[in-house]
Amino acid sequence: MGLISIKNGGNQTGPRYWRTLDQLADTPQFRDWMKREFPESVTELEMDGSSRRTVLKLMAASFGLAGLTACSRPVEHIFPISKNVENYAPGEAYFYTTIMSLGGQVAGLLVETHDGRPTKIEGNPDHPFSQGAATALAQASLLNLYDPDRVRAGEGTWPKFEAFVKTLNLGDGGGLRFLSESVTSPSLVALRSETLKKFPKAKWIEYESFQRNNGREGAMIAFGQPVSIQTNFDKAKVILALDSDFLGLDWTTPLPTKQFSSRRRVETEQDLEKLNRLYSVESQFSITGANADHRLRLQGSDIKQFAIDVAVKLGAIPGMPVLNDDRRTKFLNAAVKDLQAAGPEALVITSPRQPPIVHALAFLMNQKLGSLGNVTTLTKASTEDRVEAGVQALSNLTGELNSGQVSTLVILGGNPAYTAPADVPFVAAMSKVANSIHLSPDENETTAAVKWALPEAHFLESWGDGVTATGVASIQQPVIEPIFGGRTSAEVVALIVGSKVTKAHDIVKTYWTTQWPAAERDKTWRKVLNDGVIPSKAPEPLKLTADAKKIAAAVAAEPKAAPSGVEIGFVPSSAAWDGRYANNGWMQEAPDPMTKLVWGNGALISTATARAHDLRDGDMISLQRGSVKVEAAVFLAPGHADNTVTLSLGYGRERCGSVGRDVGFNANKIRTSGGFWYSPGFEISKTGKTFEHASTVERGLGRFPESHGLAARFKAGSEQDAEHMNGRPVYRETTIEEYRQNPKIIEAMNELPELHSVYPERAYDGEYQWGMTIDLGACTGCNACVLACQAENNVPIVGKAQVIRGREMHWLRMDRYYVGSEDEPRAVEQPVPCMQCENAPCENVCPVEATSHSKEGLNDMVYNRCVGTRYCANNCPFKVRHFNFLNWHRYEAEILSMVYNPDVTVRMRGVMEKCTYCVQRIQETHIKANVEGHRPIREGEILTACQQTCPANAIVFGNLNDPQSKVSKLKKQERNYAMLAELDLKPRTTYLARLRNPNPELGV
Amino acid sequence: MAAVFPKSSDLILKIAGAVVGLGAVLGATAYAYYSYPTVIDTGYQPVQPVPYSHKLHAGDLGLDCFYCHYTVYKAAFAAVPPTQVCMNCHTKVKDQSPRLELVRDSFRTGQPIPWVHIHRLPDFVFFNHEAHVTAGVSCVSCHGRIDQMVEVHQEKPLNMAFCIACHSDPAPNIRSPELVTKLDWVPDRDPRAIGEEIVKQKHLDPPLNCSGCHR
Repeated sequence: MGLISIKNGGNQTGPRYWRTLDQLADTPQFRDWMKREFPESVTELEMDGSSRRTVLKLMAASFGLAGLTACSRPVEHIFPISKNVENYAPGEAYFYTTIMSLGGQVAGLLVETHDGRPTKIEGNPDHPFSQGAATALAQASLLNLYDPDRVRAGEGTWPKFEAFVKTLNLGDGGGLRFLSESVTSPSLVALRSETLKKFPKAKWIEYESFQRNNGREGAMIAFGQPVSIQTNFDKAKVILALDSDFLGLDWTTPLPTKQFSSRRRVETEQDLEKLNRLYSVESQFSITGANADHRLRLQGSDIKQFAIDVAVKLGAIPGMPVLNDDRRTKFLNAAVKDLQAAGPEALVITSPRQPPIVHALAFLMNQKLGSLGNVTTLTKASTEDRVEAGVQALSNLTGELNSGQVSTLVILGGNPAYTAPADVPFVAAMSKVANSIHLSPDENETTAAVKWALPEAHFLESWGDGVTATGVASIQQPVIEPIFGGRTSAEVVALIVGSKVTKAHDIVKTYWTTQWPAAERDKTWRKVLNDGVIPSKAPEPLKLTADAKKIAAAVAAEPKAAPSGVEIGFVPSSAAWDGRYANNGWMQEAPDPMTKLVWGNGALISTATARAHDLRDGDMISLQRGSVKVEAAVFLAPGHADNTVTLSLGYGRERCGSVGRDVGFNANKIRTSGGFWYSPGFEISKTGKTFEHASTVERGLGRFPESHGLAARFKAGSEQDAEHMNGRPVYRETTIEEYRQNPKIIEAMNELPELHSVYPERAYDGEYQWGMTIDLGACTGCNACVLACQAENNVPIVGKAQVIRGREMHWLRMDRYYVGSEDEPRAVEQPVPCMQCENAPCENVCPVEATSHSKEGLNDMVYNRCVGTRYCANNCPFKVRHFNFLNWHRYEAEILSMVYNPDVTVRMRGVMEKCTYCVQRIQETHIKANVEGHRPIREGEILTACQQTCPANAIVFGNLNDPQSKVSKLKKQERNYAMLAELDLKPRTTYLARLRNPNPELGV
Repeated sequence: MAAVFPKSSDLILKIAGAVVGLGAVLGATAYAYYSYPTVIDTGYQPVQPVPYSHKLHAGDLGLDCFYCHYTVYKAAFAAVPPTQVCMNCHTKVKDQSPRLELVRDSFRTGQPIPWVHIHRLPDFVFFNHEAHVTAGVSCVSCHGRIDQMVEVHQEKPLNMAFCIACHSDPAPNIRSPELVTKLDWVPDRDPRAIGEEIVKQKHLDPPLNCSGCHR
């Protein structure tokens, strides 16, 4: 793709939706791509050196042999349990509450198990931080449980270790160091205090790749004490996000999305009034930026200056704003005015990736606006002596290891050998320790460097507990015995400290039950396990005043950044996170919400910067500053800040399981303790090599088959509309102002000719006709639904090479369009499942009736009938059907079959598959209703997997024959539209157009 | 040029052709016949690890089917009972019988008894006992007179045609739910009429669309 042509193609008037830079520039390659409808290689038979004749011969032979084996029936056994379990029926689903801690945050989960094996993770509806939703990462954790590459305990592992611990002479603990990740477990904190009391000279260090201590230090500047912050996004009318990706990677619980989207869903007329407005300032395009009404791209290190400017403008600190840029000034003025107007309903929020001073400024600005105590509430944070956290603490520890004063290092979880910054020689220092112990979930860089590599129990197989920042505590309840003999951090600490209670269950239960009245202990314990939340009273909110003078002084003392060279920004990866999900195939194949990259990361740069350095997609570059250097492949990212490269963490793992090894580029090689999140002064140089990225960006409707000639025939009125996705507005949005003036505007985007079907109209008879709406205004594009679908429906992963061939299998696809120019685009996200058309084009062309209409309006897909002609996929205009080219499940490790949902067929090679509206859930509910006296199915009784987990409540499924059902009501809204309505397919899944709330001063 | 083969070789060729053709037709027919579920599955009677007699327990002693297969009315699977259920009686009755050695072993060690699966549906078929039993389909409709079998065999083909026949016309196989396990029940009038009344009263409408059973 020529960059010059991009530049020329980027100039146009009116909104234009595009998915790739090739499309924007309208290059010949793109035109060719569009005409092909499917990627070049998707249907071509792979045969390396074997001729057609050989294949036929082999086929004949295998048919012959297949006949022989069919002569006798294989003997299968049934193994009933020996002793009965109360209320247990084989094959039925049972749900248990538990929690997952990630990055210092706690999410409440509900785990579905079949015959003792967990098969799906959902959010716990009773947990205030989950409210029924679970993030993509939380859902994919299930696959980590069955990861065949986890550390396994041999028969002698634990007895040997126990014997070894007895030989340790720890004395006063002068040589004892613990290194853990952020601890959220109260029982482990108690054990930690006990340990530090027993060994007065021992130390405990907390370090992980994505640490939140900048906020803590910001609070120290502002209030002189650490605080716990609760942000109520649902109370905010105007939000200024300073680098904050609160809808994406900054939070590991779905709470912010729940709260934010509650003011984005429009269900009634009144809801128009509550629509919030989001300003986002960031360097790389995040999904928070995609959901913003206005977005300003700035270098990550420049955001500090922007925050200072906003504070000055708000009158929070004295000074003069730096206004050297028109775009920035306009944005700043409009945002400040809006924030002031919103007053106590305004929110300034920043990211853990920003330095402490920005956090202090955010506190101050919220205080000035009057929203501190309303939108943001502060509570007391637990403080502990002798626990050091953050990258500086790791650096100090490395110094101690090098000086030889540490004899025993206990690493609890994590993978510091990989996540340590480049300038902290942690691995080398570790070799100087006599006894290094690592309790590790999987085989990784750290286990390779220690003397004792012990298996850590997964959270689904061990007892534990966790508390949220606001004091909501829960028990982590196991749902399966440790598969590989793992133990928890608490158990190992208890062993080392010589505690009397050494079993995880006893540690947790003793800690909590001793706090309750003796008579109610058992009852409360059972209730807590059932509910997933420990009842407690909400902590007293703190009334604190941010010290403006102190903050102003700190601002003045901040070094003025001298920009030179290229800045590198680091973000946790949406898939691998900080590397702990690198060996998770589900996450590796989940397309990044913005770049749509799978199986790896890229050096994200803006097109302007690429042009300046003469770079194209896939060019290998070396990023170097002094002694730190890494090679990575360029991926052009529209809307990215100029002169900045973003490289996500968690890739390029050298010691990892078979899935994640050597996938992507290791950002930690150039991450330093000084430039932990943003690191300036790098030089880019081309290495001359190229690299092939795997991206799902050009799938589905991104390629409009122009050969249909429909674009011309159904071209809508104006020139502007014609630009609008080739005359077919598959994604529709408008501003709230326009919608108020003309609610018909959505419908008018596509003027339909009179549509006549050659098929008879479907009768909406019978009790149930299923349908779905997807609210594009609420949807943030977080990928939770994609993972929910994958887990529920046994969707296989196919690997990078096959994704490049266009053979990915996701039943639910998240489409992302950019709108506007390549430099300053907006972005929108659109989930695309099977539309369950009434006049389904797939059904007409199937020669064997493997896909046919049910009387409840579903396009049933019958795998055992399918002979794999693929006619249906060719005839599906939405491109939601996926063909099993290979036996994806067959080559998996056997243990991975534990994750299958037994209610859904595991498909094999040669059949077509697609979204079924979770027909297994529909049928189960039918049976349940019939058994209970043939009662009608209640509204909301059937939740599809995507709907159940959607943190934005954007997906609504229900009975169209019931006028009172939510889905029927939503479909009556004027912003309801069908994708490609001109084809008269009458899809059951329709979209509710997005309503944006832009500031008129800044224009739409 | 003289003929290389004598004239009679034509006949040999014709006969050979006929034999091969006939052989192919016979082979195909035999293959189709022997792979048909009614042939390959019906009558399947494997030897079970414990010589358990349904005739004795369910027939002569009159144990209700629900006593052992107690999940049928609340779950998709009619679970083979845990060893503990056998031991409910056999700690007292025949507690020294050598034929029950495996049962006692299983109860003592916790190891399951490896029963052999008889009534097996393909993996892509999702049959639900709960739905059928509560609707009033008797065990006998699919499993036959188990109460007369010393060693259980598969009586019905359990192929798709068998399922569809009943789903299209359920009345002959519907009875009052409390009679479901009465395998020897003799209706006092036309069973179709009884079934039709229940179908009407309960609005029974068995699914005929694909996703009713294939998911």
